[in-house]
Amino acid sequence: MKPLSLVGRSLGSVYRFLRRDKKAMVGAIILFVLLVITAFPNWFTPDNPAAEIYTPGAGLSWAHPLGTTSFGQDVFSQLMAGTRQSVMIALIVGFLSTFISVAIGITAAYTGGLVDDFLSLFTDVVLVIPTFPLIIVITAYLKSASFWLMVLVLVITGWSYGARQLRVQALSLRNRDYLLAAKARGESSWYVICVELIPPMTSLIVANFLSSALYAVLTAAGLQFVGLGNINTESWGTMLYWAQNNEALSIGMPLWALAPGIAIAVLGSSFALLNYAFDEIANPALRPVTTKRSKKALA
Amino acid sequence: MKFLVRRVGFLLIALWSALTVNFFIPRLMPGNPAESMMAKFHGHVNPGAIKALEVAFGINNHQSLISSYFEYLNNTLHGNLGLSLSYFPIPVSTVILRALPWSLGLVGVSTILGFVIGTAIGAIAAWRRGGLLDSVLPPVFIVISAFPYFWIGLLSVWLFALTLGWFPILGGYTETATASWSFSFIGDILWHSVLPAFTILLTSIGGWILTMRNNMITVVAEDYVKMARAKGLKPRRILWHYAGRNALLPNLTGFAMSLGFVISGAILVEYVFNYPGLGFTLLQAVQNEDYPLMQSLFLLITVAVLVAIFISDIATVILDPRTRSGS
Repeated sequence: MKPLSLVGRSLGSVYRFLRRDKKAMVGAIILFVLLVITAFPNWFTPDNPAAEIYTPGAGLSWAHPLGTTSFGQDVFSQLMAGTRQSVMIALIVGFLSTFISVAIGITAAYTGGLVDDFLSLFTDVVLVIPTFPLIIVITAYLKSASFWLMVLVLVITGWSYGARQLRVQALSLRNRDYLLAAKARGESSWYVICVELIPPMTSLIVANFLSSALYAVLTAAGLQFVGLGNINTESWGTMLYWAQNNEALSIGMPLWALAPGIAIAVLGSSFALLNYAFDEIANPALRPVTTKRSKKALA
Repeated sequence: MKFLVRRVGFLLIALWSALTVNFFIPRLMPGNPAESMMAKFHGHVNPGAIKALEVAFGINNHQSLISSYFEYLNNTLHGNLGLSLSYFPIPVSTVILRALPWSLGLVGVSTILGFVIGTAIGAIAAWRRGGLLDSVLPPVFIVISAFPYFWIGLLSVWLFALTLGWFPILGGYTETATASWSFSFIGDILWHSVLPAFTILLTSIGGWILTMRNNMITVVAEDYVKMARAKGLKPRRILWHYAGRNALLPNLTGFAMSLGFVISGAILVEYVFNYPGLGFTLLQAVQNEDYPLMQSLFLLITVAVLVAIFISDIATVILDPRTRSGS
């Protein structure tokens, strides 16, 4: 099969999937819009987000759709400029921790024996140690976490749940006939893992990516909110930090504090909705029953 | 029995890992913050305090890393956590004991409530497949689960405390009230806990609903449930004693797994409400660079989570005869 037609076919199946599933469609549209804002923030940012040049604490107006901060910055511009950091953290942490989950989960399941015992124990220990207090302690020593440091900490603490799930699924696939046949043909372990074992696990891997991305968005926002991120960069979490420190809620500027939270939730919902849709693919029993019923009524 | 031994073994290994991580974090950081903190305090605080810091961090220039590691383990196991810097010269353990009841009350009660209510709603939603609960709740809670915990806290402060004035804005009790076992003071504490508890409940309940619903959907299709129906048992009895009981088991394991996540959220909720529990104390310790207090709190929260996970494992053993037979 030609690579181009393969790409075309998979794009086609993604499109059909989105048309069928409303939750996935909404999630995909949100994510697409946020990706565009991430790629071209200047198109959507009318003012310099850092410039303290407007009337402090202004309400809603055409010039300032979400009002201004008590420093005289435009809230809407800050919101748009902050999109990039949250989206980037989500995608990078999601990708890296999924990579580690796949590597550890599949190695454990495929190798078995002592290696499996050790890796499973390690995964379980990392899983049960509460990550957020640990991250707080680490970033407290470093005073404030830069972007890449935050990525590192979130990846270290975020891979374990996925590794556990993937190990269980890989274990159930390990002794299937087609895998044994590939081994009997004398294929290398790499071939068996990459060509025979991983493709049937795609939906679980994608689900893992989505839930790690959600975890990253929420945890990073929490860290930035308490001032453990870099408070001088543009992000939704830092906006919440400044809003909270200037008591935006009690001095009558609720939008300053509420808007970034809604933005985080919009990004988070897009991951959560897509994730839910993938759950329904992986487990057909979970699919909504309404369609079945209407078919029955017709018959 | 074998299951129990394995779980006890796991608890011990996890505890030891947490202790070890706690010991090495300050030593692995660039610039060795523990030593620079010691340098900062030399000459400013009395030798007793320096000694206390050395205990907390296991730092002693005359000791090797290994012997200070064992001294640290020994001290921690005996509850000797050193002195707090921000509440100097109060021992860390006293500061923690002061905050502990608040967190146990708020986070403990609201987490358990969230689990029980969420599990029940999830079971009913799956039981009436395609009904109102089943079609409305999942999408609503998917969206709620994407909101940051602390932001729900901010929103409820703004809405219910600042705008409507129904509840106090922050704190665990009215500052001017005198602490006593009187009805009015206990009422005051409950009054202050409504909003933070509501926030934790609202943000944690969705996860339990969704997982219970998904487990239940699989269980309801099992043959023994059909058999129970065929026998003509009352639907309520099948729902709770046949399907619910079995669907609960994976949810209990899920409870153990997501407990850490709930605790993380609770730390930020305490911070938003200035609620005088462990999470708020932890973030205060971070702001005051009170490293001994901060590290002890990390340990304590970890131990609490590990013990809760262990308890839910024991509950699994009690509820699931298959784990007892050892097969």
